[in-house]
Amino acid sequence: MTLRFEVDDEDFSLAGRASSELKRALGRLGICPETVRRASIAMYEAEINMVIHAGGGVAEAVIGEGRVVMTLSDEGPGIPDMALAMTEGWSTAPDRFRELGFGAGMGLPNMRRNCDEFDIRSEVGKGTCVRMVINL
Amino acid sequence: MSGDSFPAPHSVLLDPEKCVGCTTCIKQCPTEAIRVRKGRASIQPERCIDCGECIRTCPHGAKRAVSDPLSMIGAYRVKVAVPAPTLYTQYDEGCSVDRVLSGLLELGFDEVFEVAEAAEIVTQATRELLSLSGTEADLPRPLISSACPAVVRLVQLRFPSLIPNLAPLIPPMEAAARIVKERLHPGEEGVGVFFITPCAGKVTVTRAPLGYARSAIDGVIGLRDIYLPLRSAIASAPERRLARAGRKGLEWARVDGECDAVGERRSISVDGIGNVIGVLEALENGKLEDLAYIEALACPAGCVGGPLTVENPYIAKTRLRNREESAPLAGPSPGEGRYGPAIDLRWTAAVKPRSALALDPDMLKALVMLEEIELRAEGLPGLDCGSCGAPSCRALAEDIARGTAIESDCVFKLRDKVRELAKELMALEEIRPPGLDREAKG
Repeated sequence: MTLRFEVDDEDFSLAGRASSELKRALGRLGICPETVRRASIAMYEAEINMVIHAGGGVAEAVIGEGRVVMTLSDEGPGIPDMALAMTEGWSTAPDRFRELGFGAGMGLPNMRRNCDEFDIRSEVGKGTCVRMVINL
Repeated sequence: MSGDSFPAPHSVLLDPEKCVGCTTCIKQCPTEAIRVRKGRASIQPERCIDCGECIRTCPHGAKRAVSDPLSMIGAYRVKVAVPAPTLYTQYDEGCSVDRVLSGLLELGFDEVFEVAEAAEIVTQATRELLSLSGTEADLPRPLISSACPAVVRLVQLRFPSLIPNLAPLIPPMEAAARIVKERLHPGEEGVGVFFITPCAGKVTVTRAPLGYARSAIDGVIGLRDIYLPLRSAIASAPERRLARAGRKGLEWARVDGECDAVGERRSISVDGIGNVIGVLEALENGKLEDLAYIEALACPAGCVGGPLTVENPYIAKTRLRNREESAPLAGPSPGEGRYGPAIDLRWTAAVKPRSALALDPDMLKALVMLEEIELRAEGLPGLDCGSCGAPSCRALAEDIARGTAIESDCVFKLRDKVRELAKELMALEEIRPPGLDREAKG
């Protein structure tokens, strides 16, 4: 089954909705708590990233037999240097987000750490697409 | 998922005479455990966490806690009252803690032991847990206080991945009861320990303990039930010096108190079940990992806001603060010493996840049901009016998938169907059997 969310442009009060709904769905499926936690962290970080850097986008979670595939795509500015972006502590988040406690440069590394498969494609000026798989 | 979903005993009951079948409680329940059926609210035991929100919010007083009557103390040779510090806040500051405790003796108790005094010992144990580090501690951070039983049950049901974060310590009331039984009256027969409680959750936890096998508490008396008789007893009782607890123990009855007492700066204190859920969500999303300790209390303002209290939570909280100021920082000799060797405060039984929210033990079946729920939820009006007896359209969709409700339970869906039927009737009415209709032949 597919859960689909429009992630709103810079609206922090709504960021986290996709991860909450995903968590709820996985809980209803009786998935082991630790796996649910990993999925919700990965989804949450990805959502926040999309709000901070890309002005929103679309989050999708496809829950199937044995795995959940999360795909987040945006039409934001893209990531010029992927290796740098994947470095812990590296952040390009604007100050106004850092003041809120976001943008510590742990988003992408955290996402990768919590997934079984992690794939990120980005093109400057076009956007970014993150695909994360967690085995259930 | 491993774990048990047995319908644990609960302490929140419905009075069918008083329930009018309105939708107030179903909307407030944090675990969506209540449905209105046949004009009466009914609680699903496997989902109830005994937080008492329904007792607090029912406008008709139809929800109550099943506690023990004061008369039950008569069955014991030595009757020991173990009052929660919240009790002191129900009477104004003109009435000293000594007088409140003296009133309890006047009511027929032989001894009193303050839960606040035990809270000082639990404070010390919590500090020790927090000072352990790394693998030595084997506990993740932040630790979540397990003093509020509704929070522990909430974690079991909605945040099972956070079970390892629960501080593995028995709550102060249980510590108090154990001191009475194991240190003050070791091996004695006929000693009855009676906890005076501000909430239903603590009634339940003495019957179905969390983290330990058996409670040392023999009976639980609701604060609401003892309030009036105690008030009369206080008026006539000779005042005796009985209060021993210090500020660090009293503080536990209000929000921030535990954190203040424990003295951990990297901590957060949160009160009210909705706010607790918000903080636990954030923690589960990996947001609060820099914290060492979370004090989470289901009731507004903390235990002083318990559903079995009489006084307004915020008035009670201020009274508590005033009492804290006139109390010594700590009691005469909390912890070891006064009662011999320290009692064991650590959990001895596992707290397991509760799987009541899962749709089916078979994941594939659950997945099919989940798809059905998504589809059905989209087809419902989304007003969350509650007329169907479920708290939200999504909850109704889930009930339909679980087979406990039907789509026509939704008044809007029902209306649509009636309308369709009416249209069909009208259309049928237009048709005349050719054999009877002369005009039709033309």
